[in-house]
Amino acid sequence: MTVVAQPEIREASQTTPRSEVARVALVGNPNSGKTSLFNQLTGLNQKVGNFPGVTVDKKTGTCQLSANQKVQIIDLPGTYSLYPKSLDERVIIDLLYDSASAHYPDLVVVTADASNLKRNLLLFTQLADLKIPAILALNMVDVAEQEGVKIDIPALHKGLGVPVIPMNARKGIGVAALKILILQHLEPTPVQFYTVPDALKPVTETIKARFGLDSDYLALHYAHQYKSLKFLSAEEAEWIGALLETHEFKSNVAQADETIARYTYINELLLDVVRVERVEKDEKFSNRLDQVLTHKVFGYLIFMAILFLVFQAIFTWASYPMDMIDQGFTSLNGLIQDNFSGPLINLLTEGIIAGLGGVMVFIPQIAILFAFIAVLEETGYMARVTFMMDKIMRKFGLNGKSVVPLISGVACAVPAVMSARTIENWKDRMITIFVTPLMSCSARIPVYTVLIALVVPETYYFGFLNLQGLVLMALYLIGFLAAIFSALLLKVILKARERSYFIMEFPVYKMPRWKNVGLTIVEKVKAFVFEAGKVIVAISIILWVLASYGPGNSFEKAEQQAIVEAKQQNLSDAELRNLISSHQLEASYAGVIGRTMEPAIEPLGYNWKIGIALLTSFAAREVFVGTMSTIYSIGEEENVSTIKNKLLMEKDKDGEPYFNLARSFSLMIFYLFAMQCVSTLAVVRRETKSWTWPLAQLVYMSGLAYVMAFITYQVLS
Amino acid sequence: MQKREEEHIDKKSVRDLKLGECGIICCLKDPEMGLKLLEMGCLPGTQVKLNSRAPLGDPITIIVNDYTLSLRLDEAETIMLK
Repeated sequence: MTVVAQPEIREASQTTPRSEVARVALVGNPNSGKTSLFNQLTGLNQKVGNFPGVTVDKKTGTCQLSANQKVQIIDLPGTYSLYPKSLDERVIIDLLYDSASAHYPDLVVVTADASNLKRNLLLFTQLADLKIPAILALNMVDVAEQEGVKIDIPALHKGLGVPVIPMNARKGIGVAALKILILQHLEPTPVQFYTVPDALKPVTETIKARFGLDSDYLALHYAHQYKSLKFLSAEEAEWIGALLETHEFKSNVAQADETIARYTYINELLLDVVRVERVEKDEKFSNRLDQVLTHKVFGYLIFMAILFLVFQAIFTWASYPMDMIDQGFTSLNGLIQDNFSGPLINLLTEGIIAGLGGVMVFIPQIAILFAFIAVLEETGYMARVTFMMDKIMRKFGLNGKSVVPLISGVACAVPAVMSARTIENWKDRMITIFVTPLMSCSARIPVYTVLIALVVPETYYFGFLNLQGLVLMALYLIGFLAAIFSALLLKVILKARERSYFIMEFPVYKMPRWKNVGLTIVEKVKAFVFEAGKVIVAISIILWVLASYGPGNSFEKAEQQAIVEAKQQNLSDAELRNLISSHQLEASYAGVIGRTMEPAIEPLGYNWKIGIALLTSFAAREVFVGTMSTIYSIGEEENVSTIKNKLLMEKDKDGEPYFNLARSFSLMIFYLFAMQCVSTLAVVRRETKSWTWPLAQLVYMSGLAYVMAFITYQVLS
Repeated sequence: MQKREEEHIDKKSVRDLKLGECGIICCLKDPEMGLKLLEMGCLPGTQVKLNSRAPLGDPITIIVNDYTLSLRLDEAETIMLK
């Protein structure tokens, strides 16, 4: 592998204090190997942060160039041009147009797919005309050669005026050469790829004078994009707007002319650089594979099989490590409680450690789901999923890729919401995130099972159709219908900030890069634990305090009353302990809140005891069963049938069973719709980077739950 | 429906291509979407070939400049052919 670039190496005396290359930005088309290169350069030294105002993560990392030199690498979202078509792509212009910004890069590395050089060079020439020092990382040269595309690297280097490094980012070839080049102080290319036409000069010259810019092309971008450049003040933007009006500046026309002019230049340049002796081997392979994988029948069958596998994995396989984490935290708590005691120890064990356990327990599901998703993305199969499902999903305001979050939502909404990240379009992604928690997740199962066992007889139809199973299936179906109809509703309400396009490259099938898969898993788990985890632990502690303390000396009173009652009824020690917990929960702040909200939940058929369960379930739905056990003073170790029997014994004021058909179904419907999951809310906040969405979700889902439970109770009773 | 048929005879778009059929782009109808299509290499004078259709008929993939591009039918409709 030869590096043909011969940049002038400046002498030490010339170097100014800020001469070391400090920041390198990675820019490139989607599928051009940008992420692979980023992973090669930074490895595990990656950090995920936020760009203000957008949902893309800001991925930065450090790269050790030589023994004593490090640079910061920033990975920008993939784009086809410097004219952003989506909100997330705007990050690039915010970074590249404001040379005063603290994040302004000293150098850009442009990744380009060698087998598709023409389209990849469009972005490169735009960047080069901004006069930022650049390196072209020509990726997948070996693949291109197999396809019969031969690239004359020295000629390309001469034509572009910047160093060109042939590489294979997947295998790490060329990375060492790239590191050496980054160390050298590169100048912007002397080549001008596009000259601003004379007709636009009055505009660009005026902008240049006002903002003190050197480059015509940068001034032109100010004119095209003044509305979305964040560093311009309102007054400056207004001034540009007025200027454009007086000069009758037509943005669309100017942009189209520029793109055509650039392609003309690139075509001429490539005449001497690229020789095509088409073999068409790889493409045919991809096409042949597509005939099966996007086939009318087999395509969907294979997709269903893959979804089933993913579903199985996060539902069943993940349960083993999850149980282990759960038991680990429980035994850790037991160990601490056996050896120490006191209110602080209770806070530590039942509040903090239990909250941490509640965060850690999601890690297996997130890791497994993202292992699958990364492989599906890496191989190019995800593009086929979108391709096959787009027509159906679009009707509901969703995206072909929404299928994965929705199905994963049946296991757990937390990883499912995170997986919506693969949807590029802002509106489609928001709708998907919004409706995913309506799918019945596995945490609802304990609630459903207890209540179904309570009121639905175990009848069999045709010998195999179990009535209880049918009811359970109906609940899942209602959840699914609620999700897609809510999506439909949002499609009408939500105003898109950008047009939705499907125009995108249809990638060829590739083998997944395991390093990328591994790094994706690490990144997702880290993001969840450190960002969503904080909120989850905080709310768990608040809920623990509410359930463990009461106003004044109410707890002691509750305990004494329990002891008196226990003596009257001749209860055993274990039963006494359960009775004390039950009375104390009633006397706690949670109990007080439960009683206060009784009038509000009475129309749904609930009393204050259920009110307490609803409140504590806010941390996680499955807590319902535990809280009901405590309220009805059943020990923690008891199984479902004990809880069932205890609940069956509860009578209302007429002596009828309290948990009748109407109440139980009302409760199930409430749990089906209600947003009772702190973890989901925390993860939605992280994914949407605002509190608006999780709060809207909380209000919408809880409102829906209230109305639906009300209707259910009133109709059935 | 009839009016639409007439339009089709006058002006053919990528939407009207048969599987495997090629055409030369003459112009792009929608200025804003046109910018996106231009960037993706759908320039006037370029050859396009209808490569495949999704199982439900929409979206489609076309081959332009030696790579495969996927797009919806209503987007394909804006690419007029000679």
